[in-house]
Amino acid sequence: MSPEARLLPGTLDLLILKAVSLGPLHGYGVLLRIQQISANALLIEQGALYPALFRLVRQGLLKTSWGTSDNNRRAKFYELTAAGRARLREETTEWNRSAAAIATALGATPEEA
Amino acid sequence: MTFFSRSRIDREIDEELRIHIQMRADDLEQSGLDRAEAERRARIEFGGELKIKEDTRAAAGIAWLDTLMQDVRFSVRVLRKSPGFAVTAIVTLALGIGANAIVFSVLNAFILRPLNVPDAETLYQLERGKDKEGVQSYPDYRDLRDRNHSFDDLAAYDIALAGLDTGDGNPTRAWVDVVTGNYFDALHLQPFLGRYFHSADEHGVGSAPYAVLTYEFWHAHFNDDPSVIGRVVRINRRPVTILGVTPPDFHGTMLFFGPQMFVPLVHEEAAATNRLNARGSRWLFQVVGHLKPGVTIQQAVADLNAIGADLEKTYPKDDAQMTFVLARPGLYGDYLGPVVQGFLLGLMLLAALILVAACANLGSLFAARAADRAREVALRLALGAGRARIVRQLLTEAVVIALLGGAAGVAVSLVVLRGLSAWQPFARFPIHMAVAPDAKVYVVALLVSLASGLFCGAVPIRQVLRTGPYEIVKAGPIGVTSRRFAVRDLLLVAQLAICAVLVTSSLVAIRGLVRSTHSRFGFDPHDALLLDTDLGMAGYAPNTAAPAQKRILDALGRLAGVESVGYIDQPPLWVGTNTMTVYNDRTTDLRPVNAAGNPAVFHVSPDYFRAAGTRMLSGRSVSWHDDASAPFVAVVNQQFVRKILGSVADPIGAHFKLRGGTRVEVVGVVEDGKYASLTENPLPVMFVSFQQLPSTATWFVLRSARNPQELAGAARTALLSVDAALPVTTETWDSELNSGAVHFGPRVASAALGVLGVMAAMLSVTGIFGLAAYSLSRRTREIGIRIALGANHREVLRAVLGRSVKLLAIGSIAGLVLGLLASRVLAFIVYQATPRDPIVLSGVVVAMALLGLVGTWIPAQRALAVSPLLLMRDE
Repeated sequence: MSPEARLLPGTLDLLILKAVSLGPLHGYGVLLRIQQISANALLIEQGALYPALFRLVRQGLLKTSWGTSDNNRRAKFYELTAAGRARLREETTEWNRSAAAIATALGATPEEA
Repeated sequence: MTFFSRSRIDREIDEELRIHIQMRADDLEQSGLDRAEAERRARIEFGGELKIKEDTRAAAGIAWLDTLMQDVRFSVRVLRKSPGFAVTAIVTLALGIGANAIVFSVLNAFILRPLNVPDAETLYQLERGKDKEGVQSYPDYRDLRDRNHSFDDLAAYDIALAGLDTGDGNPTRAWVDVVTGNYFDALHLQPFLGRYFHSADEHGVGSAPYAVLTYEFWHAHFNDDPSVIGRVVRINRRPVTILGVTPPDFHGTMLFFGPQMFVPLVHEEAAATNRLNARGSRWLFQVVGHLKPGVTIQQAVADLNAIGADLEKTYPKDDAQMTFVLARPGLYGDYLGPVVQGFLLGLMLLAALILVAACANLGSLFAARAADRAREVALRLALGAGRARIVRQLLTEAVVIALLGGAAGVAVSLVVLRGLSAWQPFARFPIHMAVAPDAKVYVVALLVSLASGLFCGAVPIRQVLRTGPYEIVKAGPIGVTSRRFAVRDLLLVAQLAICAVLVTSSLVAIRGLVRSTHSRFGFDPHDALLLDTDLGMAGYAPNTAAPAQKRILDALGRLAGVESVGYIDQPPLWVGTNTMTVYNDRTTDLRPVNAAGNPAVFHVSPDYFRAAGTRMLSGRSVSWHDDASAPFVAVVNQQFVRKILGSVADPIGAHFKLRGGTRVEVVGVVEDGKYASLTENPLPVMFVSFQQLPSTATWFVLRSARNPQELAGAARTALLSVDAALPVTTETWDSELNSGAVHFGPRVASAALGVLGVMAAMLSVTGIFGLAAYSLSRRTREIGIRIALGANHREVLRAVLGRSVKLLAIGSIAGLVLGLLASRVLAFIVYQATPRDPIVLSGVVVAMALLGLVGTWIPAQRALAVSPLLLMRDE
């Protein structure tokens, strides 16, 4: 397994929103989905997941409903609200812009004199 | 967020985390582990479940509530463990908050809340002259009404007691506001039922035979029967038609007094002497009106004064001092307003002081407790609890107690206020007190509870913050360092002083009350029976009333056991006095400015003074020959001689003049008395012959060697034998006087001060008890050692109680001095309120000593029972 990247502060919320935007998920499912879409490159601390989920619900970005999982367990499913979708769009744009800027900055070579 | 959703979210978090671990275990199981191992691994991977739950709960936004609930639950548990402390604290606060809720409700009802009329904020009454008199004459009223530009309209009324006959031929008394036709329109009132009369209905004297009922009267006497509208009833024997009913919350324009019906004054003036054109006769009780929008009080006063100045010029004989001020009508302007306001604000202050005392007490109780719990607090500190958390816990405990105490206090105040609202202190007057608490009162009570809770809780905080866990756990409570209690001592002294003030004032008030029921006021109420009626209620005019009154006097005089019987238009000390303007015999220019004075006037029969027990000092009484055809005569009191006749050597035979120029000869002088109130200054009074100046108002005084109550039945029959349609009331003069308005002020003052005094005493006992118990608990070890070393009882008690006793002495002396100063204020209400009274002084000393004894009894017993052996074993 390749060494896992540390999660940058503040990115967990964005990753959760992204994961859930692909379809309703239960808590454990969110964890798996993030590992899957990051190709196992990101390590999510399980303990940090639930506070983040509850925070996003309180902010009105996620909504919840109880349902049944693939292997027939009762579970709480999270999905995006309209506000959550909008937030995901904004944050994604924002992230791309700053990531590009940082990449450019880090890619700079000494100018020829 | 409610408590239910809190536990719901808790359950949800638990459930979700459990499912998460199950799902992870499912995956691990599929990868080949057995179930138990899979679940174990899943749990380890997940990490600290409790911390995650806590974090999640915080993220869901309920952490503060959770802590609060924990604190509250802990508080309740702790308080349950020491029920004595909890009950003492709650009762103490309930007293303080209950007292404040009651006084504030009354204050709210009489001062803060406007009258129950539409647009009450623009409603004013007129007051005239330097004495700010509310009464006006009808012609003056009409001029002011028609010529001013400042008021929407001006209405006026007089209060009258009328004989009401609803058709069964058995008249009862009803209190009637005799009002101008525009009354309801000027007050912007809509009828609850039927319609009102209007100024267009007035067509001269005797017109507009209508009546409008108040809702309460309609409800009580007509059982809410809507068919009374249009019914004809008889008022003072003359038929009137009931037009309508006023709204339920309308009780006239005065707060204390509720009339039962409203009748146009143009109609009523036909029965008595017509006063509609008598400019000098001021009988309209109150003139009220709404200011026009945008008109200021100053503008209105200037407007009225301009009219007044013109009236003075035009009618110099009748009108003087025609300057005006505006006042709120609810407490009859400047007559009752300042008195009631002063009294209620004084009460509010006292109630606030009681609350402060309660808080001070609770503060030391909490401090004593904090000291007792020092070990517990130290243990919690040592185990890593934050000081902030411990302080918050202590505050929560105090607030829980405060809220419970507040709730209990409000509950008690509700009961008391309900009683007050239904209270009818005078059988004869429809007193109306709507003092039921409203939302404002509850809000104030809640805020006061919270504030006092936080205050009491804050007292021991410093102490807690200073607690060093090591010292206490190691050595137990540290010994007394006396400076630490300076603030607490001051609180107790203040509270004892307040208690002593209240005890002093209530003793002064009670002494005054007792003295006033045993003093002579210019007549002798013992062994006398009063019969009262009003011939006006049976349709008599003053000129036909005197012969009827004479016939009744004859009938009463024939009764067995009656020593003497007299007539008077109204007994002294009943409801104020009527006054008459008189002039010096040499004065020829009979304008009000040249008057010699305004003595009170009573109309009497020849035998009145004998029946009333009023001492004749010189000359004779009026006689049966002093009738309408004889020269006018009067009997006067000593103050009249001093003030109006100028202390002539021999007043008998002296003359003075009445307003119309009639000369009156003084034929007798009687002793001075009290006439309108017990605290009044000496009043000049003249007694005129009822045959020369007749009145329909009628009281008979029967003096008998027998118990006057036994005469009541026979006297009533004798009176009714003259005219069966007269409503009669009989009562002994003693009880009439004691239940009357005269003793009302002192009675209320004594009762209020007494209740507050008892409460303050209870608080003081808890305060002293708290301090004594506290210092005992701090010094138990020391006392044990002293006893072991051979200290006797006196030395032990001095060690434990010395401080309490010293504080008690300081507080009592301070309070006594303040109380003596406060009784100067009381002198306005209570007859001869003087603190220079050995009984008051010794009463206060005994009361305070008793408080000290009760407060220190239990701690003293416990101190004497300290056993050095047990103590040694404890350590």
